[in-house]
Amino acid sequence: METLAFQGVVGLSMAMYLWLISAGLTIIFGVLGVINFAHGSLFMLGAYLAFTFYGLLGWNFWLAIILSLAGTAVVGWVMERFFLRYLYGVDEAYQLLLTFGFILILDDAVKMIWGGVFRIPDIPAFLEGHWSVFGRPFPVYNAFIIAAGIVVGIVLWLGFERTWWGRTVRATASDREMANAIGVNVPRVFSGVFMLGAMLAALGGALGTPVRVVSPGLGAAMIIQAFVITVIGGLGNLKGAFVGSLIVGVLSAYGTLLFPVFELALIYLIMAVVLLVRPQGLFAR
Amino acid sequence: MTEYLLETKGLRKTFGRLAAVAGVSLGLTEGTLAAVIGPNGAGKTTLINLLTGLLTPDTGTVRFKGEDITRVPSHGRVRRGLSRSFQIMNIFPNLTVRQNLLLPALSRRGRNLHAVARLEDETGANAEAEELLREIGLWDHRGARAGALSHGDQRLLELGIAVGTRPKLCFLDEPCAGMNPIERQTVLGLMRKLSGQRRTTFVIVEHDMDVVFSLAERIVVMNHGEVLADGTPAEIRENRVVRETYLGAEV
Amino acid sequence: MGEGPVASPGRRRIVTPGRSAIGGLVLALLLLPLVGGQYAQYVAIQVLILSLFALGFNILFGYTGLLSFGQAGFYAVGAYGCAKLLLLTPSLLFGVVGGTLLAGAAALVLGVLCIRHTRIYFSMLTLAFGMMIFSMALKWRDFTGGDDGLVGIPRAPLEIPGLVSVSMASMGRYYYFVLAVSLVAIAIAYRLVHSPLGLTFQGIRDSEGRMAFTGVSVRTYRLIAFVIAGLYAGLAGALLPALENTVTPPVAHWTTSADPVLATLLGGIQAFAGPIVGAFLYFMIKDVIVRFTEYWLIWLGIIVVVLVMGFRGGVVSLATARWRVHRPGREGA
Ligand SMILES: Nc1ncnc2c1ncn2[C@@H]1O[C@H](COP(=O)(O)OP(=O)(O)OP(=O)(O)O)[C@@H](O)[C@H]1O
Ligand SMILES: [Mg+2]
Repeated sequence: METLAFQGVVGLSMAMYLWLISAGLTIIFGVLGVINFAHGSLFMLGAYLAFTFYGLLGWNFWLAIILSLAGTAVVGWVMERFFLRYLYGVDEAYQLLLTFGFILILDDAVKMIWGGVFRIPDIPAFLEGHWSVFGRPFPVYNAFIIAAGIVVGIVLWLGFERTWWGRTVRATASDREMANAIGVNVPRVFSGVFMLGAMLAALGGALGTPVRVVSPGLGAAMIIQAFVITVIGGLGNLKGAFVGSLIVGVLSAYGTLLFPVFELALIYLIMAVVLLVRPQGLFAR
Repeated sequence: MTEYLLETKGLRKTFGRLAAVAGVSLGLTEGTLAAVIGPNGAGKTTLINLLTGLLTPDTGTVRFKGEDITRVPSHGRVRRGLSRSFQIMNIFPNLTVRQNLLLPALSRRGRNLHAVARLEDETGANAEAEELLREIGLWDHRGARAGALSHGDQRLLELGIAVGTRPKLCFLDEPCAGMNPIERQTVLGLMRKLSGQRRTTFVIVEHDMDVVFSLAERIVVMNHGEVLADGTPAEIRENRVVRETYLGAEV
Repeated sequence: MGEGPVASPGRRRIVTPGRSAIGGLVLALLLLPLVGGQYAQYVAIQVLILSLFALGFNILFGYTGLLSFGQAGFYAVGAYGCAKLLLLTPSLLFGVVGGTLLAGAAALVLGVLCIRHTRIYFSMLTLAFGMMIFSMALKWRDFTGGDDGLVGIPRAPLEIPGLVSVSMASMGRYYYFVLAVSLVAIAIAYRLVHSPLGLTFQGIRDSEGRMAFTGVSVRTYRLIAFVIAGLYAGLAGALLPALENTVTPPVAHWTTSADPVLATLLGGIQAFAGPIVGAFLYFMIKDVIVRFTEYWLIWLGIIVVVLVMGFRGGVVSLATARWRVHRPGREGA
């Protein structure tokens, strides 16, 4: 019983990485109408950059995260500004194919630059240690991840609902022509949103560096889970992304415990059930 | 009690808080060419979408030839003898004009699944498509890519696809929109011909009052999702409510 | 509103190559073992396998308008299925047919889930389910051998009980077997896309809404296209174990799903022969690139990006653009 409860809490922190990447994915889709297949690769890039600054160069943890976000945002900007932008008018299949091409490029690029698998750097001192949760040690770092995920959720919600910027983005999302007519610089909003999405992915990747190994396969693994989450939660829906992340994160944690061999099969099973019962996802717009 | 070809009871469809169709009960009689009119946003297209299965109603029923088809998907309704054209042009743009008309002909014969037959060998369907090509006046364009036709020709082609399934009842959503007078005559001529020869009953949505009053034997006026008036052209012309709210000083 | 026509990947009509060109090509393929050595035959088999793989993919993408990123899943089912059968009973035909049918069955089951959606959602689902098969290949050790895969798969003789038994020990023999199977499969696909069923697929690609209103259950036909693509992927995969004598999880990975995508893009989605031409080009390009660098995927990615940005018609449409101009007024019914 205690093990089950503890595993649930571990799953919660896993859910937060998933939440960060699927939030970016779903926001980009909501505004640009594009699914960025390379979003997992941006997550991976964020992880590699943070690992470089924090793990290899030994810089300050926060600085490493900020630099990783900035670096990934630049890559995202290049992807949107110089490539994706020219494909908004053509069939969306080509947008998918383009971002599919980006996965191949980014995955191999990190292999070229960083080589194979790495050791895990130490957890920053102020986040070390354990608390006692349900009589079991619960790492402070996991608590930090959960808090970070929730804070990001609140900031995003406030940003979209309460700020002028958020209203502009929502207006653009619901009607591009109209937004353009009332003077919104739509291309700039698109670039901005794509960069925001890229940074969210990078944040997920960067926050994970002290606890998980970065490897070139990370991006693909993450994007698949993010897809499962958006299918469960409903595409383009932030609340759906959050709840979907919780479901997938927590259930994967139990899956590892209960059926180690078919841990992955479990989330596909959930996806299949949601598809059959609610094809548009739990929180479809 | 008359036996209606198509009958609805309390049909209702809301989008968010807007009741696009707010409780419509109608009976359409075989052989009577009806027109649905009403201002923009009155719910005409939504009504047709409900009748043809593109949308499912929140409440209410649709019966066709006595059978309840409320839950029958679009393709099932087509097989039972319903058909339609779309307000926003909907053809197969990358196929040839001929292939566009071949598709309903194949479907009508249940030939879609045939994976080894050559298209050229589908003699029955080909003959039917060719007849249609002549009827809609696109014979000379039969080899052209449908998407490359002029706007008016594309609309004619869509009409051709719609009647190509040989429906009992065919809804045409603004079939003459954006057409020149000659093309318009082709449309009206074809409708008259098929009404006579194949006993197809047409229901049109149309904004052009000349077309409506010259063609329709019955007019249904809609506004705010409701049926405002329903009767012969003469009755509608005399209807005070309609005159005031919709026709204004025009007629 | 759900009324507008569905955007389609195929902007133009499907074009077909000349007869003489096909005859010449088949002749060249038949003579290949006489001039080329083992390696040439090995590469030729790979090209044929990818041709089948891509051809099926394009029935789904170019003809039906559904972009799948998970075809490697069915490719892997074909490969693992055939390998298992060959390990069970050494009969090539049994293995290949069995692997193909297993892939078809997998496509039927997953297809029911995937074709509930189109466009972006469909692409995401296929990628996810494809990776589900990858994770099974990796984790279901008892059946798939996990990381190590299945090894020691015999290149079993071609046996038709009571009729013939042809040894497949030499590469040349196996090449002719693969060639024969491929030509038959290509001919079937050609016939199929020019049949009422093929036209139905193209109608769905151009406008699902209009297609439904010709009285056709669009979902059913999407599923049919999905199963056909799965069968072709399965057949392609089933030809693999006897060639390599081993099957490992990477055959199921999404990077393998990229192969038919790229071959089709290279050759052109609008032409029937596009995926076949593309499969050939794919191996040419790969052969050149791997001589210079181990980072082959990055180049693959760059090629995808360049093709998508600038050459969406692929090679075949560039080549046939002239050809079509010279033959005006031909009717494509
Ligand atoms: N899918 C939808 N989602 C939300 N609102 C819709 C949808 N379809 C129609 N509406 C709304 O329902 C109302 C009725 O629309 P409908 O298209 O049926 O009108 P109409 O009578 O055909 O108008 P028009 O003459 O302009 O074609 C409109 O206010 C429209 O905005
Ligand atoms: Mg309308």
